Amino acid sequence: MWKPKEVKTYNVMVEVHLRPGVADPQGATIERSLATLGFGGVSNVRMGKAIVFTLDAESEEAANVEVNELCQRLLINPVIEDAAIFITKLDRAASGQ
Amino acid sequence: MSAKIGVVLFPGSNCELDIQEVAQASGQETKVLWHGDSTINGVDAVIIPGGFAHGDYLRPGAIARFSPVMTAIEKFAAEGGPVVGICNGFQILTEAGLLPGALQKNSGLRFICSTVDVRVESTNSVLTSEAELGTTLRLPINHFEGNYTCSAETLAMLQSEDRIVLRYVDNPNGSVDNIAGICSENRNVVGLMPHPERACIPLLGSDDGLVLLKSLYGSINQLL
Repeated sequence: MWKPKEVKTYNVMVEVHLRPGVADPQGATIERSLATLGFGGVSNVRMGKAIVFTLDAESEEAANVEVNELCQRLLINPVIEDAAIFITKLDRAASGQ
Repeated sequence: MSAKIGVVLFPGSNCELDIQEVAQASGQETKVLWHGDSTINGVDAVIIPGGFAHGDYLRPGAIARFSPVMTAIEKFAAEGGPVVGICNGFQILTEAGLLPGALQKNSGLRFICSTVDVRVESTNSVLTSEAELGTTLRLPINHFEGNYTCSAETLAMLQSEDRIVLRYVDNPNGSVDNIAGICSENRNVVGLMPHPERACIPLLGSDDGLVLLKSLYGSINQLL
């Protein structure tokens, strides 16, 4: 019997940052500024960017595969950047959608 | 013999008129190639000019590399056609994978608008074939993301294959190995951060860029 595929909606956040070893002048500048303000205990500052979106997929696993692919194709430049991916199921009742 | 030079126009390109002006002054024909067309209209060489294609959103070149014209340029380059990317054009070529490595923010975190000395390190490319090896050219640079970087393996490959065509005399932006320009394995795709098209009239400070553009015209005529 035909059954419609169940599609769920996920909240996705992709955190893009420079790969370890790639010089991060913005992070270094922030670190120096924090030290100037008296936050001397701060170290290893790295600067990145976050890209958030919602995604329709059949399962969290399928969502993960798709997000990995779109990261490699567009969101990051693998020569210098890495991505950390965070996926959570959208709670429509809670978000009012 | 005059060659037909295609100059790619993206939304946000801003050096396409300068390139056409100097190419026409040297007796070449030029043709504007709209980024949304999936053809290069039979031109003999392609120049991707500087600017801020698609606003440099996400990363310089990240969106531009998916414009329809890029598929035609990739095919043209694979067949040996001369392709030159200047500044933003260089960034687009690395994003498209036509040249290795990437261009990241200048180490000093400043947009640099200056004129610098660049040394010709290889004459084995479509853009440097008529220059003298070791000669110093005075060329303008205008960029925020001109700091060339690549993996240690890629750098070793570029060095051993003589693919670093231009180096800064005084590194302005933190580029690895002072790299200002590189070429592809087949020497027909060249990317550089300095702007040779803005150094073609002595009245404007320097005409050192002419020898690079003349090398390109010469390379085309050899292919024709």
